[in-house]
Parts: sequence; C-alpha cells; structure tokens
Amino acid sequence: MAMITFRINRYNPDDERRGHYAQEYQLDVQKGTTLLDALNEIKWKQDGTLTFRRSCRSGICGSCAMTINGVNNLACETQVLGLGGSTITVEPMRGYPVIKDLVVSLDPLVRGILAVKPYMITHSPPPSDQERLQSPEEREKIDGLYECILCGSCTSSCPSFWADKEYIGPHAFLKAYRFVADSRDEGSAEHMEALDDRHGLWRCHTIFNCVEACPKDLNPTKAISELKKELVRRKLG
Amino acid sequence: MTNFDPETIHDVEGVPIHSVHRHDVVIVGAGLAGMRAAYEASSEFDVAVLSKVFPTRSHSGAAQGGIAASLANEEEDHWEWHMFDTVKGGDYLGDQDIIETLVKEAPIVVREFEHMGCPFSRTPEGRIAQRKFGGHTKDFGKGGPVLRACYAVDRTGHALLHTLYEQCIKNEVRFYPEFYALSLIVRDGVCRGLVAWDIINGGVHVFHAKTVMFGTGGYGKAFKITSNALANTGDGLSLVLRAGLPLEDMEFVQFHPTGLYKQGILVSEAVRGEGGYLLNKDGERFMERYAPEKMELAPRDLVARSIQTEINEGRGCGENGDYVHADLRHLGEEKIMKLLPQIHELAWKFLHVDCIREPIPIQPTAHYSMGGIPVDIDCQVLADGKEKPVKGFYAAGECSCVSVHGGNRLGTNSLLEASLFGRRAGKSIVRYLRESREFPELPADAAKDALAEVERILGASGTETVGAIREELQEKMMLECGIFRDAETLEKLAGELRELEKRFDKIGIDDRSEKFNYDLLEAIELGHMLDFSELIVAGALRREESRGAHSRTDHPDRDDKKWLKHTLAWKRDGRIEFDYKPVTITRFQPKERKY
Repeated sequence: MAMITFRINRYNPDDERRGHYAQEYQLDVQKGTTLLDALNEIKWKQDGTLTFRRSCRSGICGSCAMTINGVNNLACETQVLGLGGSTITVEPMRGYPVIKDLVVSLDPLVRGILAVKPYMITHSPPPSDQERLQSPEEREKIDGLYECILCGSCTSSCPSFWADKEYIGPHAFLKAYRFVADSRDEGSAEHMEALDDRHGLWRCHTIFNCVEACPKDLNPTKAISELKKELVRRKLG
Repeated sequence: MTNFDPETIHDVEGVPIHSVHRHDVVIVGAGLAGMRAAYEASSEFDVAVLSKVFPTRSHSGAAQGGIAASLANEEEDHWEWHMFDTVKGGDYLGDQDIIETLVKEAPIVVREFEHMGCPFSRTPEGRIAQRKFGGHTKDFGKGGPVLRACYAVDRTGHALLHTLYEQCIKNEVRFYPEFYALSLIVRDGVCRGLVAWDIINGGVHVFHAKTVMFGTGGYGKAFKITSNALANTGDGLSLVLRAGLPLEDMEFVQFHPTGLYKQGILVSEAVRGEGGYLLNKDGERFMERYAPEKMELAPRDLVARSIQTEINEGRGCGENGDYVHADLRHLGEEKIMKLLPQIHELAWKFLHVDCIREPIPIQPTAHYSMGGIPVDIDCQVLADGKEKPVKGFYAAGECSCVSVHGGNRLGTNSLLEASLFGRRAGKSIVRYLRESREFPELPADAAKDALAEVERILGASGTETVGAIREELQEKMMLECGIFRDAETLEKLAGELRELEKRFDKIGIDDRSEKFNYDLLEAIELGHMLDFSELIVAGALRREESRGAHSRTDHPDRDDKKWLKHTLAWKRDGRIEFDYKPVTITRFQPKERKY
C-alpha cells in the first residue's frame, strides 16, 4: 500500500473562464492497481465530476489513452506503482481538442482514417464458396499493422500534428500501409492518393515519437517509410 | 396526430426540431451484430448506428480465440458435428431448428469476413487457419477435439470488429458515436424509433425510424468478477423490459473458466485449445476428476464449476486459495509468442507474470449472457416471446436470445452468432423496408419518459451513491447468484435487490452538467442493472434444476420433464410475471451430458 497523489489536469466546458487547471486527489494504492482502477475509485468515491473515457479494462478498446507523467499510454494497462514516485500527473492527450477533463475529441483521428480509404479494395471478384488464398508469409507482412486499436496515442505525440491540424497522422498511415501490404488488396493507389500531399506523408520528419507512444508496440514510422518508398517508386516507375 | 404526414418532420414535445432525426434503419450498438446488420442494410437503405462508445471500442473487439465454422480447412469436419456439439454444449436448451441455420450458414459468414479483408491466420496452403476449442468435437462427440475455430492469432474479435467498421465506412453508414439510447418508442405493437442522449454535447435526441435494431450486448457488469467491459451494463435489455416486452432465459449466465486473477479479464480459451493445462495448488491436472476424456477441453460451464470446486474444497493456489493456475510453459516460447501473444501481454501487464516461465493465476469470471431479448429466426423481436413480432423491431447478438446457445454457450459460437444473426437481421430489415415505404406515426409525447429520467437524475441530491449501490449489487450477484446457486441464497438476494432499488431512489450525483456526463450515465446504467438483475434472480429461483451454466446445489440434476423449456419474464407494475415456451427439438433427443 502506498499513498499516491494524482495530479489531474481538468477542464470544464461550462466554465471556459477558468480554463484548464490542475486538481489533486489522494488515494491509497495497492500492488496490482491500474491507473484506470485508481481513476474509477476517485470518480466513484471522491468526485463524480472527474471525467475520462473507459471501457474494456484490458487494453483492446483504446478508450482510456491519456498522457501519464508526460507519456501517452492506456490507463488500464498502466500499473500505478510501476510508475514510481508518489505523484502522478495525468493529462488529456496533447494535440486534440479537449471536450472535458481527460476526454478529447476523436474527430481528427476519424478524419485521418477516412483520408486513406480504410477498407480493402479489390477489383477481381472473390472465389465463390471459398476464401481468397494468402500464404502464411504474405499474411505475416500485415503483422504489426492490423493490431492498431485506434487509441490515438501516436498522432497525439507527433510534433508534425501539433503544427498542422490537417496532418493525416501516423495512425492513418499505419492503416493505409495495413492495406498496401496486404497481398489481397488491389487498391494501393487509392489508399495512397491522399498521402502525396503537404498534409500527408512528407510532413513526417521521422521523429519516432509515434513509435514510443504506441501502447501496442507497433511501428508507424516504419509503415510511413515503406509508404514513402512506395510513393517514390510509383513516381519514378 | 390525425393528419400525420410522413414526409415532414413532426414536433416531439420537449425536443428541439434539430434534434429529431430520421433514418430508414436505426441500429443501437456498434459491435459485431450491429455493424454486420448495418453493412447489410446500407447497401439499399439509409442506416444510422448509435453507440455509447466509439464503434471500434465495442466489446466484440475483446474476443480472442476464434469464430466457429466447419470449414474443414485443417481436418475433416461437418456442420452436423458442429450442430451436435452446440446442442449438447447448451445442455439441450437451444432451439435446434435455429442451431441448424447457425452451423449451416457459418462457413458463408466466415468466408465473407475474409472477402472483406479480415486478417485471418493461415494454413500452409493459404486457407483460414483453425484451432481447437472446448466442446467442439469430431463425430458427434465420439472423436477427439476438432480444429473448428477460425482465428486471427489471439485477436479474432478485434480483427473482425475493425474489418466491419472499415466496411461500414465504405458503405457510408451514418455513425452517431457516443449516443446513448434512453428509451424505445413502441406503440400499438409498432416500433417507431427511439430516444437517445448525446453524450458529448448533452441533450435528448429523437430518432424516428421505420426499423430499429438492437445489438446492445450482454449484462456481465452485474457481476463483480467479469471479463466484460465497463460499458456492458445490459441497457438494451432493460429498455425492452420497460417497453412492456419480455426477456428470455435470463438466469443463464456463463462464467468463463479462465479470467485473469482479480481483474477478471479474459484469458482466451485458446490457451486450453492450444494445449495449456489447468493445475491446482498441488500441481495436479484436476480436470481428470471432472471430465476424464476431454480434460481441459470440456465446455466452459463444466470447467468453471470444476475450478470453483477445487477452490471451495481448499485446493486453490495462493495465500487465500482463491485461484488456480493455467500453465502454458510446456508449449514453449515460440508457440506462445506466435499463437498467444496477447495472452502473454495481458498476463505480463496486469499480473507481472511471464507465462513462458510461470503459470498464470486464473479464476472464473462472468463472461456471457445466454439470456436476452426473444427473437425469431429473422431476428424480429417477439412481443409475446413466442411468435408475435413487434413490427419494425429487431435484435441480434448477445443482447438477444434466439436461442442457439441454450443453457451454455460454446467458445467461438458467440462471434459466429453475433455476425450471422446481425447479417440475418440486416437482410430481414431490407425485406421489410422494400414493402413498407412509410415512416410510422411518431407520437408527440415520444420523449416524455426519457426527458423525465434525465431530469430526475440530473437533479438527484440524495445521500446514496451510485458507486456504493453498484458495488453491493455486483458483489451480491457474484456471491449469491454465481456459478453455484440455491433457493435460500436466491431468496435472500431477491430481498436484497429490492432494498437496493429503494436506495437507488435516494441517490445523489455530483456532476449536474450536460456535456460528457458519465456520472449521469452511470446512474442510468445502474437503474438498468437493477431492473434486469431481478429477472436473473427470479428466473434462477424458479428453475429448480441444474442445466448448463445454471447450477442449483439444491437441485443438482437436469429435469427434462419439468424444465426442458425457455423462461419468459415481464415486469409489470413492478411485479415479475412468467411464462414458458417449449424447446424445439429436431435431430438430437436430450441425453445425459458427459465429457
């Protein structure tokens, strides 16, 4: 057991004048307590106005991404005592408009996703009564891409996105490459159409923040460089 | 209302005109059932999907192990075998005509997912890979376990959910993310739409619709230890009850044998399917005592009871003896990291256990709701629970009871049921809309109850708290209506629930604002949980037998003479009323269930 101070960055949309402010809560924390457990405990026993998104509790839905001691992560997967220190700072993810307390708007995420035509595009009809064939080696090429949970941690950590709100974002590039790399997909040109743009791939300056921020250990920067190569190949070819 | 003109938007008392929307189809829930229906119907009609969470946050995404279909990609398999296993797994309470449809259409549904781009794992020949799961067998139970669960590593639900979201984007489905359904508009046996709360901006909205479909998920959050998401509060079921409609077989709640110790988070059955052992504190593979033939690959109800018995009889692990071990060490690092990487990640992140080197502490966890909204084979909601459909109202997936799972669901049959009946609901909505071009009349007082509920809770300033009542509800349901039940504790629990309801009338909340107010939402959700929990307990008390997941220690045997029937329950003026309907038996006569 340890008494931990949670310093939470708050914002009440009904009180614009007050703006963003920090509020501290104390909680006795046991081994095994996740940050989400702690936030729930605070909300349920101390202050019902504290607001954050949450759902699955098991790191697969992506609801509870937030900035924890300066780093984006999922609250449900973060062990409080694993963070070390007696004060933990919790903020809404950076770069997105804040709706209330730790809740941010997901609109930029969706806008980025829509830009890359985020669905498998095929022109040849599938075999009837059978699946399309894909070898295990071909299938392996989308490992590290399809696992994205759309939590938004990567794009929120990206300085290019901070400077350009129209930037499509690493999460969407990862999605685009998930299809470009899929042996079954026949629409690479369509997925990449929006990427060759000032708000697209070329705005990535390989800072690698997105890689560090991803709670699922995925590598958007790698996907981006693959897409850049593909674009160049297409231009020269 | 006499001169109703379906072409113009009508006033609804208390709701601004810009908050009245109109769609051919309004679907609540963006999990596998809801989005599969949306995908189907959006090829021809204007479809809106409301969801209390952003679509890809839906709990279908947490499913891990697979989706069942007798593709026979890896070895011989037949739909007849799948049917037998599903019937037997459900302890003969499933309706066999509908189970036959489920297993026959399963290969079509799975291959369609592949055509949509779902990243299934593959066999060396490039076909969809399949693995073993509990209760799925060869040759009508006479052979060993069969490779039937089609999988995408151990993230099958996630892969399917995101694939469907992508396809819905392609079909231009209109999403209303973070809209929370408050009430159904059903008058004179016709569903006319629903009332919902805009979580982000606040405010009551009316959705006027020709058809409404529920894919609202299960009710696991009524239990303390659960694999379910915080959002799985069974709202849809209670909304149906409040609309004067019945619920079916609510007493059947599945406890998954392997929940992560304390958190209850799902540890996929693929762990057992790929060859993991269950061990007690003496390191003994105790399933030998309970299911000598199928061992760890017996169905969930049986394995959960076995684990609980080990714990109750003092053979549990740890200081408190309240868990057992799932041991994967003999599978080796390569197999674990290739086939069960998410399990490795979960055990590490939540328990700091490296399952390559240590066994995982697990305990049974409330997992799946077999009961739900009674529907027919075309997913039409039944007003009498038997044959009379509510016009324009459909349901599919975990919130519904069609009933394919009977008293106990087999692993990988839920992703199948949700997608397959979501698809059927979509098709049946399309058929209906081709015939019915007009919007039903929208009553002016359609939002009355919803407005009153929001106003009451936003103004609630009593001394009781939502958190405390909910915690007590979840603890009591787990302890007194869990894996094992008996008349005495159930009767006690029924009284305790009435007390909790009284306390719920005296709650106070902290957050009185309209924007993103989860304090308000959690209070509404608690009201729903109290509503349907009463039905679970009352149904469990009446059913004096043990069948599937419903285990009465005071009535340990299955009683086909008296109880081979479905429970139907209504809530009328605060009182629960029961009716029953027969089970449809076609190919397989009930037999003793042994594994």
